[in-house]
Amino acid sequence: MARIIVVTSGKGGVGKTTTSAAISMGLAKKGHKTVVIDFDVGLRNLDLIMGCERRVVYDIINVINGEATLNQALIKDKNCNLLSILPASQTRNKDALTLEGVEKILEELSKDFKYIVCDSPAGIETGAHLAMYFADDAFIVTNPEVSSVRDSDRMLGILSSQSRRAERGEEPIKEYLLLSRYSAERVKSGEMMSLDDVQDILSLHLLGVIPESKSVLTSSNAGTPVILDEKSEAGQAYADIVARYLGENKPHRFIDEKSGFFRKLFGGK
Amino acid sequence: MSLLDYFRSSKTSSASLAKERLQILVAYERASDSQPSYLPELQKELLAVIQKYVNVNQDAMTINLEQNDNRETLELNIVLPDAHPV
Repeated sequence: MARIIVVTSGKGGVGKTTTSAAISMGLAKKGHKTVVIDFDVGLRNLDLIMGCERRVVYDIINVINGEATLNQALIKDKNCNLLSILPASQTRNKDALTLEGVEKILEELSKDFKYIVCDSPAGIETGAHLAMYFADDAFIVTNPEVSSVRDSDRMLGILSSQSRRAERGEEPIKEYLLLSRYSAERVKSGEMMSLDDVQDILSLHLLGVIPESKSVLTSSNAGTPVILDEKSEAGQAYADIVARYLGENKPHRFIDEKSGFFRKLFGGK
Repeated sequence: MSLLDYFRSSKTSSASLAKERLQILVAYERASDSQPSYLPELQKELLAVIQKYVNVNQDAMTINLEQNDNRETLELNIVLPDAHPV
């Protein structure tokens, strides 16, 4: 049986697609057969972040409507053969996604894949609802910023009341926090809420803090998931997150300001 | 404490302001989320019934549903005016 992960946030622009691309690549690179699905019908972008935009022939709506088979629509990633991408449709509207259609696709993928990563659109409409409905685990991507934290809290309420697990009275979806675009420097100067501030409100299991990093933009420019940039802090943060999710014990980093040269010199930490 | 820290602590941190605002808002939204959706309608109708007999204001009534371990309490609070009934 596959494990279904939804990457969600409520708010847009916090890094859901960046995260979906990074963690699905990370899981595949760890040897797990993984598929990542774009649920943002009408505004697909996962293909662009994964660098497979020119290889899209069929999409999830074609599969739901029976115009293509799942295998025809799946795109094998060029960097890792254990990773596949199921793109969203760019032309049809979001109502083309149906609960039954999504359920059937997930059932079929479950036979073949170990992890199914669902990249949720922003908002709480159909696409977002269907992305989270069947999930086993939820990765809540949050920025240390008021509107993002509020929307994450709202999303947690929806996960715990409107998912299939909630409706069936099963064990609830496991919720994890991924705090992204974090600037330890700005936290120190009191301009940005700290990890503790955010956790005082959300109190979730922390998978990792992703520092604000230039490599996120340069990676998306090139169409390669940032996790492949092993030198970058964001890439390392995502690699840690995948390892922690898989049960490895990795100490958290990027939370405190890097110790500067002079502080090191004079024995500070 | 260094000189730099002194200047830092002298201004109100905007992050702590953000946290305070969020804590209040999120607590309120969580509470209203757990309320049944019929509560505002119930409040309106109850108020209309009461207003048939007593001249009370819209804001003279608060309604609250509390959930304990094994029972729910519907609390109704009406402030009656000093004057006699209409």
